[in-house]
Amino acid sequence: MPDNLGTSPDDVQFRFRDDEVVDHAAVTVDAFLDQSNAAAVRIEPGDDARELLPHLERIKLVEVNFPGFMDGRGYSSARVLREAGYEGEIRAVGEVLIDQLAIMRRCGFDAFAPVNTLDEADAERAFNLWNEVYQKTTDGRAPIWQKRHG
Amino acid sequence: MYRYDQYDQEMVDTRVAEFRDQTRRRLEGKITEDQFKPLRLQNGLYLQLHAYMLRVAVPYGTLNGTQMHALADIADKYDRGYGHFTTRQNIQYNWIKLEEAPDLLADLAKVEMHAIQTSGNCIRNISSDQYAGAAADELVDPRPYAELLRQWSSFHPEFLHLPRKFKICVIASDNDRAAMRLHDIGIQIVKNEAGEIGCAFYVGGGMGRTPMVAPLIREFVPLDQLITYSEACLRVYNRYGRRDNKYKARIKILVHEMGKDEYARQVEEEFAHLLEQGIEPPLAELERIKPYFADPAFKIGLTEKADRSDDKFARWVDSNCMPHKAPGYVAVTISLKPVGGIPGDASTAQMHAMADLAKEYSFDECRVTHAQNIVLPHVEIGRLNELYGKLVQADLATANIDQIGDIIACPGLDYCSLANARSIPVAQKISQRFEQNGKGEMLGQLKLKISGCINACGHHHAGHIGILGVDKKGTENYQLLLGGSEAEDTSLAKITGPGFDEAGIVDAVEKAADVYLAQREDGERFLDTYRRIGMDPFKEALYA
Amino acid sequence: MKILTGNDLLTGLVTWWDGQGWSPHVDDAVDVGDEAETILAREEAARRVNASYAIEASLDENGKVRPAHIKDRVRALGPTVRPDLTLKPAEPEALNWVI
Ligand code: HEM
Ligand code: SF4
Repeated sequence: MPDNLGTSPDDVQFRFRDDEVVDHAAVTVDAFLDQSNAAAVRIEPGDDARELLPHLERIKLVEVNFPGFMDGRGYSSARVLREAGYEGEIRAVGEVLIDQLAIMRRCGFDAFAPVNTLDEADAERAFNLWNEVYQKTTDGRAPIWQKRHG
Repeated sequence: MYRYDQYDQEMVDTRVAEFRDQTRRRLEGKITEDQFKPLRLQNGLYLQLHAYMLRVAVPYGTLNGTQMHALADIADKYDRGYGHFTTRQNIQYNWIKLEEAPDLLADLAKVEMHAIQTSGNCIRNISSDQYAGAAADELVDPRPYAELLRQWSSFHPEFLHLPRKFKICVIASDNDRAAMRLHDIGIQIVKNEAGEIGCAFYVGGGMGRTPMVAPLIREFVPLDQLITYSEACLRVYNRYGRRDNKYKARIKILVHEMGKDEYARQVEEEFAHLLEQGIEPPLAELERIKPYFADPAFKIGLTEKADRSDDKFARWVDSNCMPHKAPGYVAVTISLKPVGGIPGDASTAQMHAMADLAKEYSFDECRVTHAQNIVLPHVEIGRLNELYGKLVQADLATANIDQIGDIIACPGLDYCSLANARSIPVAQKISQRFEQNGKGEMLGQLKLKISGCINACGHHHAGHIGILGVDKKGTENYQLLLGGSEAEDTSLAKITGPGFDEAGIVDAVEKAADVYLAQREDGERFLDTYRRIGMDPFKEALYA
Repeated sequence: MKILTGNDLLTGLVTWWDGQGWSPHVDDAVDVGDEAETILAREEAARRVNASYAIEASLDENGKVRPAHIKDRVRALGPTVRPDLTLKPAEPEALNWVI
């Protein structure tokens, strides 16, 4: 596997951040752990996101790859990073589909680079569909139980 | 029972809108079938042998009369006048049209029902004890905990793309009526030495092609950590569950391969971390839910005796009524297993009848059991004669609960695209045989369970007698299994030997029953005799 | 012979390729020879059929199409335990054809 991979800023179709887009390529988790200057890393489904936790302060971009949309390990990876306080970009790349957008947002993804460009109107609807949520995650939304009990 | 507030209603309504949009995109060609399939599955919509099949969730098996009426109306409006109650306490319709499915879901939402996560690789409908709130032996009513878990597991963003399906069961009695240890997570509500209520977690059970009984992984999880601990269990599974082989993807394989101690250790580590994340609803949420499950206004001073002068009625009482915690009441099981009938099927008229009877005799409540029957949980003993008369009129008065005629059977090759053989005709012939030879009642408790393939939807591994349909060079063939149990004495059945054809399997079941009748000692059930004498005498009778 | 089957996308009902379009009756099914993949790809893409596949079949002594596997014969007729819901509710002997 090449050391340099990842998406370029041009591939990003949706982004929910105001800071500047990191535009150097992401490296694999192994390569990242070996080289002390990389600031962008790419997590594959089999990688353990917890290995990155000691280095969060130098990471600006984490790409989480979804080679197939049915493999849900990337959702846990993103949440683990957010729960540890990571505030940089988490970009979903690969097979990112309309019907995954809302739940990816809930797990901490704030940028999306789908291999196949998504219909803007359908995506817009998907991002805004759910007014309420049952669970607490790190996305800052108040779960229903919190609204019920003030 | 639980009622939606504006939030629950909004969630279900939003889901209907979402599915309507997904269906539109599929019909317009914006998404492929491969992309649509997991979406429709998470809304309960399969494509089966003859048409689309829809599985509607009955959370922890509890329904009110209005909901049962609505299920009947749906059977008429969108299907062909019947539904099939399943071992997971749900109902399935067999002839649904994709173009009408969103409207059907909207009709369900009007009566606070849905088909959310009744299929797919996500957390499925939570099952529970069908006698919850009625059983004399329960510690507490398990359903408030099941409801808390229902809300947590619905649309859980991290756990909608798990390695495989995930089934949770919650009970609160030492007598297991819900096959708790055959679930991915089985939770038993228990009391610890300090007298506090909490949850024992059994993880990694299941049936399918590699049946396993779930080991205990934590004896006591305090109630205010129930959700957090569950989340930890799921996260470890999502991280390490196998995705390279669909047949090894269930959590039972992970727990088995990793070892239960290592799995438990990893869960503890994740649990410690998640406790700091504040994801647990406050206990006030549980307290909000509990009153919905408070006892109905049981009358006092009721008679505890029914008029047993009618012999048929007396037999029905003995087999279909279960002691109740409130004096003067029983829980009545309505058998959906008429002799020669299709196990678990109910017609529109029967569903309407059961809904009316629930309103009239059982505080407007009914339950679906994992044995594919319907329970009226709170019936006055003094009104049993009257109720029985009405059940007779509706063709719902079969007296055979837990007897050999009370067969669990999956849809098999008559409906299911994964099947190797038909299950239903075998069930029909066995129930007829034991009616004709008069041995049914003599045999007492004998749980017979039939699956049409290795996936084990009919729980054959857990049958005192199990039957598994296999494909033998293009013809239907049936293996016989003995000695399983889904109850608190959980055990997995063993195959007797070579399989049988359809006629042969019916004879084989009778031979096995005869061995028991000849060898039983006082008070022994079929299962007890089998456990005492072992497989050999049965093999001799079967293959001599 | 090789015949094509699947389910109608909208209704989910079983359909058979009759040479021009899709029919609910297995007797209308035609031998597609080595055209199976081409036809299926085209019909799936046009969303005229769902979950389609090719199967082996033969002609019986009366010239009727008989799918080789019991599963497809159940599909062709309907559930054997509900003759009233099959395509031939008035012909109970049709059930013998399935088995
Ligand atoms: C007709 C459509 C159905 C299909 C396609 C289907 C499919 C499956 C499959 C593939 C499995 C095995 C899962 C695994 O081992 O990973 C399974 C298990 C199961 N199904 Fe079904 N099923 C169907 C209907 C039913 C019905 C009608 C019931 C209830 C009567 C049911 C209840 C169950 C149960 C209890 C299990 C065992 C769960 C376990 O392995 O722990 N299913 N089903
Ligand atoms: S056990 Fe097999 S045949 Fe029966 S319903 Fe399940 S998948 Fe279908």
